[in-house]
Amino acid sequence: MPFVSIEKPLLRGPALRRKGRGPFGIGDRLFKGLALFFAWMILAIAVMIAWQLWKNSALSRRAFGWSFLTGQIWDPVGERFGALPFIFGTLVSSAIALLVAAPMGIGVAVFLAELAPRRVSDACAFLIELLAAIPSVVYGLLGIFVLVPWMRVHLQPWLIRAFGFIPLFRGPAYGVGMLTAGMVLAIMVIPFITTLSREVFMSVPVSLKEAALALGATHWESVRLAVLPYARSGVIGSLFLALGRALGETMAVTMVIGNRPQIAASLLAPGYTMAAVLANEFTEATSDLYVHALIEIGLVLFCITILVNGLGRLILIKTR
Amino acid sequence: MSASYQKRRLVNFIAFGLTGGCALLTLGVLFFILGYVTAHGFASLSWSFFTQLPKPVGDPGGGMANAIAGTLKLIFLAAWIGLPIGVLGGVYLAEFGGNAFGFFVRYAADVINGVPSIVMGIFAYAIVVLPMKRFSTLAGGVALGLMLIPIAVRSTEEFLKLVPRSIRESALALGIPRWKAILWIVIPAALRGLLTGVMLDLSRVSGETAPLLFTAFGNRFWSSGWLNPIASLPVMIFTYAVSPYADWHRQAWAAALVLLMLVLISNVGARLLMRKRIRAF
Amino acid sequence: MEAQNIQAWFGDKLVLKNISMKIKPRQVSAIIGPSGCGKSTFIRCLNRMHEVVPGARMEGRVLLDGADIWELDPVLLRRRVGMVFQKAQPFPTMSIFDNVAAGLRLNGLRNRRQLSAVVEQSLKRAALWDEVKDHLDKPGTGLSGGQQQRLCIARALAVSPAVLLMDEPCSALDPIATARIEELILTLKKNYTIVIVTHNMQQAARVSDETAFFLLGELIEFNNTRTIFTTPGDKRTEDYITGRFG
Repeated sequence: MPFVSIEKPLLRGPALRRKGRGPFGIGDRLFKGLALFFAWMILAIAVMIAWQLWKNSALSRRAFGWSFLTGQIWDPVGERFGALPFIFGTLVSSAIALLVAAPMGIGVAVFLAELAPRRVSDACAFLIELLAAIPSVVYGLLGIFVLVPWMRVHLQPWLIRAFGFIPLFRGPAYGVGMLTAGMVLAIMVIPFITTLSREVFMSVPVSLKEAALALGATHWESVRLAVLPYARSGVIGSLFLALGRALGETMAVTMVIGNRPQIAASLLAPGYTMAAVLANEFTEATSDLYVHALIEIGLVLFCITILVNGLGRLILIKTR
Repeated sequence: MSASYQKRRLVNFIAFGLTGGCALLTLGVLFFILGYVTAHGFASLSWSFFTQLPKPVGDPGGGMANAIAGTLKLIFLAAWIGLPIGVLGGVYLAEFGGNAFGFFVRYAADVINGVPSIVMGIFAYAIVVLPMKRFSTLAGGVALGLMLIPIAVRSTEEFLKLVPRSIRESALALGIPRWKAILWIVIPAALRGLLTGVMLDLSRVSGETAPLLFTAFGNRFWSSGWLNPIASLPVMIFTYAVSPYADWHRQAWAAALVLLMLVLISNVGARLLMRKRIRAF
Repeated sequence: MEAQNIQAWFGDKLVLKNISMKIKPRQVSAIIGPSGCGKSTFIRCLNRMHEVVPGARMEGRVLLDGADIWELDPVLLRRRVGMVFQKAQPFPTMSIFDNVAAGLRLNGLRNRRQLSAVVEQSLKRAALWDEVKDHLDKPGTGLSGGQQQRLCIARALAVSPAVLLMDEPCSALDPIATARIEELILTLKKNYTIVIVTHNMQQAARVSDETAFFLLGELIEFNNTRTIFTTPGDKRTEDYITGRFG
């Protein structure tokens, strides 16, 4: 078959006479424009979220100013709003969660990275990621019907008997409370710590570990000397991300924390978090000031989580 | 010297023993959760659960047909709202986005990702519920849709970047415009990864409760159209769980099982699909 | 095809210094030289692939049939000046048929009969037809290395280029596959102008009519292949050919 006959139809079309680089035809420009439009939308949405939170909390910000953050009274009827109990509750429950989850999560990661054979490690990592996929309302359900009764009947009475002389462990055994919330949060947050830490541990150069072993260190000592210091930033970054997650967690917490806006010394006492009060009271809010006060809580929560997540990402970027 | 060496060996054993214990405990919790929900949920599952509407308070029986349909409807709407923004934004970042603007877009996606889900609910309330003066499926879809964006962006960008440069160059060398090369050669090459990213994203968002509490709100009946409040599985679970009725608690377990299955099957399915792809490469 | 005073940069780094070269139609011109001397960069300037790399720049003129390629739409230019790369990259999700037809389809040719005709002709010209004619719907990535490269050649031929640029097409292949592609090049030159970059001097000696020797971004010598390899004009060429460096 002669070659020329196919060539001609294909090259029909004007040779556009235009110099320069970059997208030429209409198609290129439209495509890039479309993609750019959506990229702009992402920016716009982030900005709008911040702006809407700011705008719709105006009444409350004007009425209370900074004392909103330090006020302890949350009185919808008398229209006095202070968010300190919620801030306290959020920070304390998240702190408990991290205190429990960090050693557990890192421990599991060490086990998976150093001890378990590769296939077991992969399988376990896969399973542990399932913990992250379980919806938080399911955690809450288990919290209400499994953890809270167990706390009320077994753990809390024991804590009161054994450690009741410390203010941290005083008070009636309600079952619900700060400690319970912290424990549920811990389980929810462990997979984040484990997954990231395991990745970091596995990226430690073999030569570093071998150098430690060649000095006569035991396996554990080589982990302590070589792996952990190398992975330190990555692990800390993962802790920040886990913290960010815990701070914003709503459903599981509100189902087990007792939902009482108070600042108490005891871990066994009920409490309230920013996310929980939003979940419970938003639809009940009667006056504009009430709604604005709640939205201001949302704004505070937003700012805290942005800060924590931002720090976490910064630390993680340093490790890459 | 031997005594100190013995001590070090003991420490080694204890330390690793502890880490193994942590692993066992964590996996134990996972299996406990799965088993407990399955056991209690299964006992309460019945045909009527899937087909009947909720009965009035105090009347035993009834089901959650509307909540199941509601969850599916909300995910459908959320996908149409969030995925185009996320995927096309990711395409921009992967193909055109090496600059400062790209940095800010990525940061914005991260910010949206960090927004607690309840705060996203507040945002959707402010921009949809307030102007419309009603709770609606639309508001719920918007809240969930926005939550889809960050992961869609990140996963799209990541998988597109995995397509080797040589494929892009081979496509351009054939004499086709860049947009055709991206649309018909590069994106199909990355398609499996993109789809699994989307599946994981949808799976995660389908279990969310908080954003729906004051957007979609809830409905004890079927919801018609897009502008009425709508029931969803997660919100039903929450409402029933905190109620004082034993019958509702039973139904909450059943709903939890259904939700758990929905989420876990799509999650595991997506991740298995992703692994298969990497091995085939 | 003719190159006049080509200079090329990657960012601030000048990698091609004032290259001028006339490429004769319907023959094979080879470009040899040690690694990093700019051979690949040069041929990528010929079909404006060089500018695709971020930060890359080019000056000078390239004429195709008398027309300055910079005045043409690069998309149309690349249809006339095709390219085969070092690593054979069939499009991963596509069958053999789809791979070869890709260039045509994306340029708007939809007619199934015409596509089949061109695919068959291209595969025949790439000496791959007999091996795959019963398996056209199998994935392109299922072929051996040498077959994949011939598939890429067929894909490039399907859009009917006038010039075919080949950037070290055999360096990832075993000797037998290499030999088949060299045979192929010798038959292709009847219909196409071929410019081949190679680090294998014997290959250049076997297949090309004219050879250019590049060193550190400069064109040292460009002449009849036999002349270059037997009586090179420049001492540096002689040193390279006799293996004193590179």
